[in-house]
Amino acid sequence: MAYVVPKESCSGKVLNVDFGKGNKALNIGGENCLPFLSFEGELPNRPVIAYEIQDIPPVDWPDTVQNAYKDVSGDPVTWAKYCQNELKAKAIALRLVSTHPDRDNHSAEDAAITIKDVLSAIEVPLIILGSNHIEKDATVLVAAAEAASGYNCIIGKAQEGNYKTIVAAALAHNHKLIAMSELDINLAKQLNILITQMGFDKEKLITDPMCSALGYGLEYTYSVMERIRLAGLMQNDATMQPPILGDVGMYVWKVKETVASESDVPEWGTLAERGVAWEAMTATGMIIAGTNLLIMRHPKAIETVEKTIAELI
Amino acid sequence: MIIIGEKISVIAKKVREAMNARDPKPIQELANAQWKAGAHFIDVNTGPAEEKGEELMTWMVQSIQAEVHAPLCLDTTNASALEAGLKAHNNQWGRPLINSTSNDPERFGMLELAAKYNAQIVALTVGKGGLPADAEERCGIAAEIMARAAEFGVPLEDIFLDPLILQVCTTQDQAMHSIKAIKMFQELNDPPMKTVVGLSNISNGVPKNMRGLIDRVYLTLLMYEGLTAAIMNPLDKELMDTLKTTDVFLGKTLYAHSYLEM
Repeated sequence: MAYVVPKESCSGKVLNVDFGKGNKALNIGGENCLPFLSFEGELPNRPVIAYEIQDIPPVDWPDTVQNAYKDVSGDPVTWAKYCQNELKAKAIALRLVSTHPDRDNHSAEDAAITIKDVLSAIEVPLIILGSNHIEKDATVLVAAAEAASGYNCIIGKAQEGNYKTIVAAALAHNHKLIAMSELDINLAKQLNILITQMGFDKEKLITDPMCSALGYGLEYTYSVMERIRLAGLMQNDATMQPPILGDVGMYVWKVKETVASESDVPEWGTLAERGVAWEAMTATGMIIAGTNLLIMRHPKAIETVEKTIAELI
Repeated sequence: MIIIGEKISVIAKKVREAMNARDPKPIQELANAQWKAGAHFIDVNTGPAEEKGEELMTWMVQSIQAEVHAPLCLDTTNASALEAGLKAHNNQWGRPLINSTSNDPERFGMLELAAKYNAQIVALTVGKGGLPADAEERCGIAAEIMARAAEFGVPLEDIFLDPLILQVCTTQDQAMHSIKAIKMFQELNDPPMKTVVGLSNISNGVPKNMRGLIDRVYLTLLMYEGLTAAIMNPLDKELMDTLKTTDVFLGKTLYAHSYLEM
């Protein structure tokens, strides 16, 4: 008798979320099988990688990744256009770092102007991220949602401490929303429930269970993502079916392996390669765990992960 | 856990009156309420329905499925009424469940109908003579029904074995026999046999104010042994909360503070 590959079928399905508009709009999610196991089900959309840019020059980024954008990162519009036109970015993630009270404490109105400028300069979908300051994000992201009205952006991140105002703004201006919790699957589920109980459509949600870099807790992130997928697919838990976000770059480009100089640790090899490899490896772990949307920094790391995705699909 | 909503029964006065008057509204409302509360199947118990059984069952199935997009559990001893119900059933919402066959030759016709209409079927582990004494006897009867199902061409995965729950107030020792049977039934096949109970039988005859408690505790014990489905009242919130909480403990539902609201 011929060997028959045992197949596992899932009762649930990851929700399909679209963002952006026109012919550059993207879809993520929609699969009813575990990551890349297309022989067991449908896998309509490949994971998407968005290029991360900031609203102020990335002076806090390590040299390896700062240098990759040294001629364009002086202003966000030039930077965004460079990613779209030269690097062929399919999506861009604009992080409003300058609004953080400990950085430049720029106002929500300033952020709104930057967003409008960037949106009018690019065609690819935009992800708009706050500075990860609970109180400040609640005002900045509300202004951001309004400024980007009609562009079908992804905004975030809504967290336990600020989700109400951000959800209302995303609802009013018809954006997709990132719901973030800190490496706790039960809180991730709870936040999704609370957000949908406000009348926000679960088909517009993206779950960020919090990323971590290789060597710095990647296995916790991996495990939470994997369990989210299993709950959504195997147990058909409707609250655990939104696509998953991996915000990789910001967690990778601060660990010592991406920063330490060759003279300090010669046995670690070339610094430039090390950082890129670190980001690519972390991101690869994420997609294997089920991430549908990645936010990354270094063009070479992105290229490597795109290649891996193409080979896996 | 598969929940089979039990409220549409000829035994209930309101339902019986609506059936007799062919008034769909009260029946549709009851079906819809159970569906919204989480029922996966809606039980349609028309009793023996000797007169106009076929027409009644057809009307019931069509009336309910016009409102509720769920499969039905067709519950009658009248085989021709059952067949009429299977014909009327809209399988777009899932395959119907026949309630029930047993090891009584008079009920073998139900297996034939299950095969003919590609329906699932509840198999009560009782025979012609008397009630089963213990779990072992229930398993013996189950094995006979399974062999018979194979003869009729009903796949084993379409059978829900029912140990027959008896009332605790008169046959206390049977409560544990049935729980043990749920465990043993699963071992009769690989993949494990599916199981079902008519839950509220356990509290028949006990004072009304204690019935809920008895149903809840008994359901927990049955679920712990791997019960697949229960014919029960999904409108009983405390019972549903117990079920959801047991599913959390069994790892079948991911915990979140609001899990009872889902």
